[in-house]
Amino acid sequence: MARSALSQGFESQKNSGAQGFFQSIHIDWPLMTGVLVLCVFGLVILYSASGEDWGTMTRQMIWMCIALTVMILTAQIPPHHLEFWAPWVFGIGLMFLVLVLLFGDVGKGAQRWLNFGLFRFQPSEMMKFAVPMMVAWYMATKPLPPSSKRIMVALLIILIPVGLIAKQPDLGTSLLVGSAGLFVLLLTGISWFLIGSFLVTLAAVAPMVWFFYMHDYQRQRVLTFLNPENDPLGSGYHIIQSKIAIGSGGLYGKGWLNGTQSQLDFLPERSTDFIFAVFAEEFGLVGVVGLLAIYLYIIFRGLVIAVQAQSTFGRLLAGSLVLTFMVYIIVNIGMVSGLLPVVGVPLPLVSYGGTSLVTLMIAFGVLMSIHTHRKLLTS
Amino acid sequence: MADTQLKLKDHLRESRIFTSRVIFAGIGVAMLVLVIIMRMIYLQVMSHDHFTTLSQNNRVSIVPVPPTRGLIFDRNGEVLAQNLPSFSLELVPEKIDDLDATIKALSEIISFSENDVSQFQKARKRSKAYQSLPLRFRLDEEEVARFSIRQHQFPGVEIKARLMREYPHGSLAVHALGYVGRINEAEMAVLDPADYNGTTHVGKTGVERFYEDILHGDVGFRKIESNARGRILRVLEEERPKPGHNIFLNLDIVVQKAAEEALQGKRGAVVALDVKTGGVIALASMPGFDPNPFVNGIDAKSYHRLANSVDRPLFNRAIKGRYPPGSTLKPFVGLAGLEYDEVHGGSDISCIGWYQLKNDEHKYRDWKKTGHGSVTLDDAMRESCDVYFYDLALRLGIDRIYEFNKNFGFGRVTGVDILGETSGLLPSREWKRRAKREAWYPGETLITGIGQGFNVTSPIQLAVGMSILANYGLHINPKLVYATQESGKGTLEYLPLEVVGTIPIVKKENWDYMMASLKSVVHSHRGTARSIAKGAKYTIAGKTGTAQVFGIAQEEEYDQENLEDHLRDHALFIAYAPAEDPQIAVSVIVENGESGGGVAAPIARVVLDAFLLRKNKSG
Repeated sequence: MARSALSQGFESQKNSGAQGFFQSIHIDWPLMTGVLVLCVFGLVILYSASGEDWGTMTRQMIWMCIALTVMILTAQIPPHHLEFWAPWVFGIGLMFLVLVLLFGDVGKGAQRWLNFGLFRFQPSEMMKFAVPMMVAWYMATKPLPPSSKRIMVALLIILIPVGLIAKQPDLGTSLLVGSAGLFVLLLTGISWFLIGSFLVTLAAVAPMVWFFYMHDYQRQRVLTFLNPENDPLGSGYHIIQSKIAIGSGGLYGKGWLNGTQSQLDFLPERSTDFIFAVFAEEFGLVGVVGLLAIYLYIIFRGLVIAVQAQSTFGRLLAGSLVLTFMVYIIVNIGMVSGLLPVVGVPLPLVSYGGTSLVTLMIAFGVLMSIHTHRKLLTS
Repeated sequence: MADTQLKLKDHLRESRIFTSRVIFAGIGVAMLVLVIIMRMIYLQVMSHDHFTTLSQNNRVSIVPVPPTRGLIFDRNGEVLAQNLPSFSLELVPEKIDDLDATIKALSEIISFSENDVSQFQKARKRSKAYQSLPLRFRLDEEEVARFSIRQHQFPGVEIKARLMREYPHGSLAVHALGYVGRINEAEMAVLDPADYNGTTHVGKTGVERFYEDILHGDVGFRKIESNARGRILRVLEEERPKPGHNIFLNLDIVVQKAAEEALQGKRGAVVALDVKTGGVIALASMPGFDPNPFVNGIDAKSYHRLANSVDRPLFNRAIKGRYPPGSTLKPFVGLAGLEYDEVHGGSDISCIGWYQLKNDEHKYRDWKKTGHGSVTLDDAMRESCDVYFYDLALRLGIDRIYEFNKNFGFGRVTGVDILGETSGLLPSREWKRRAKREAWYPGETLITGIGQGFNVTSPIQLAVGMSILANYGLHINPKLVYATQESGKGTLEYLPLEVVGTIPIVKKENWDYMMASLKSVVHSHRGTARSIAKGAKYTIAGKTGTAQVFGIAQEEEYDQENLEDHLRDHALFIAYAPAEDPQIAVSVIVENGESGGGVAAPIARVVLDAFLLRKNKSG
């Protein structure tokens, strides 16, 4: 199934029947299939994680419809329009971020929301695609690979919004925004030496700063900053319970709706950030491998789209969005299974919540747009 | 044209670089997913058992269900100790964020003392995690209602209904019953942790302590499934606790009450035994105290008041009190004289008010300065002549006095079913050598013969001695409990009598003689206890005694008027009744009561009346 879909993607020049129809409404059906399967999967898990609450289910389904609509609408925008608007989108996003810091609504101890009266808006979500768009736009203006000076400018473009988001504080989002920008840089072909020395410097400086430069209270502040929403005891409890849920699931799981850790409320945040633990408890290792297969399918389909993209902007943006999607998955599962510290990153298309759903669907819309508008560019 | 060429060239190169980077990223993705899968294998396959156990422990907990403590009844079925449902305010400290603030907020709804808080903190130190700990007991309905309305403001705090030990008769018979109290650290170390899982109280003194095993019962358990907030969802498995057995006392609460009322305002003790069975009909030590505040921890102030009182209300005089028996030892010394054939009924001596050993200036004085004149053993018993017994003691010698009196239980614990009784002291040559590293002097034999000197007895020992005498030497250990009863079943399980043995009788006539003498102490017009014969519907055999609290120097007068209260003589009386068919033996001691016949004997009469007349009425 996955293989045939991929190969069909490669041969998408040949138009016939239904494929032609999807092409005309700018839907990449192999990607669409993956996304829809994941959405159904997500709803099945959410039904259990929410404690069979149809209110939650209904809200999530409405959000899914909205998000899918937004995705289809986004797919209609030709990539060169996106490229043209990239600096504007980035500029407006940056302005919103500053406004959030000045006038934003406080929710859960962090300042993230802009209140427009009719609706509340989280500008940091917008930066998840505004930053890679901006970096891709900037990189596409000159031949690649970029000069060191241009790399410095690109890093500045990334670090300013990341810093603003981190100040809210929202580490999960700033991590995703930062990696989206950095992935663009990685894909422009900057030398391995630069990448290597960047990583080495980071690895060398961080512990030195930690051990020699910081006082205890500063370290404590950094820890609180890294983990603003949970006190150490609280987050410790989250991780312990989530590891118990995953581990007790075993090979085949306890069965749908039968996870004691989740159904008896031992698992915190079970329908949002920790929903993976519910899934792992009820469906076991077999289920986890299945879920990862769907994710991998979507990622590889996305990478194929990126490789086949015809403009520099398009391929950089597509590649960055796909790899950021992967970061979502790795960080979320890594955090829930105790490999990474707790940062608020949802499991894409599965965790309950409309905002991340819409953001992700916009990203898929962009991917579809890049892929389905190719012929228009070539012809 | 050149422009587009350049751009196309760039485009190809970029595309090549891009593709290689995407392949690299793809490998990176695959490796990261592999790490995730390895992590999942570690958690879900390799550590599966471990996490399954943790998950089970999360969900399922075994909650001990403490058994209901057995009830205590008196010989007529009157309840002496019972369990009443009582509401207590309980906290689970682990579920409370700010304990001090919570306690402060609670104090605005429900009043509790500093003692309650300190008891709670003490319990907290030795409690297990997530254990519910009581802060206040015996909430009234208004307090329960007041808290219930605001319960949602106090997570981790709830009102629990528990069964609480209650002693309906208050201080009555407290020294026999004892009381239960919260388990302390020392007891925790000794008690079986499995059996006492969930039990908060344990018998501290008296019968409650001695029969702890029988009264406690066996713990049950409930396997429950609960959610993260500790709410019990369902009971998976249950084993009901086995309630403790009820116990039935020989004690007659009516007689007990009569004894305590007769002792009211005095310091002293009364022990009444069933001659036929050794059953303890009454065991009073006055002053007493109300055991009910002790159940949930008495406050320090009240406790110190009790503990530091000069009247020593916490002290169980009946079994722990050490008193010189004084003249109450004379029946036993006299019987020894008869059985060892040193005297016989007719032989008499002349009492001139004092007695002197050969080659000794010391005058051993009689209580009657003018002397009793010519006295037989019968006279000596009736009038309690000391000189007669000085002479008899000298003739018997300390070894024979010791050997004979030992048979009556003196100098050893009586085996009563309360812990902590004194063994008293029955002096012997051997004892003196061991304890004092001194030889025995003949003068000591004389004062031993009248129950002074080294002699020490407890009230219960005197009652046991009297009972053995009344029983022609049959020695049965005194017991408070005669039967146990499995809860919910009607049948009583009788405890066997503890028969120690019988004293070998040389001549039954000797015993009859002594018993007749004892009767004449009460019923003859010259007897020292004749005052209590008046109006008696049955016959009483008894012996008065006066025990010196301090020694009087030679030629010094015992000045009753000017003596400080606590230095005055103790008044003693031992008796059995009816004299012809003994059923009950009694010992009475009134500290600093001075007169055995005038103070102690009337108390005995009240006790005998309460038992014998009530018995006749009902029988």
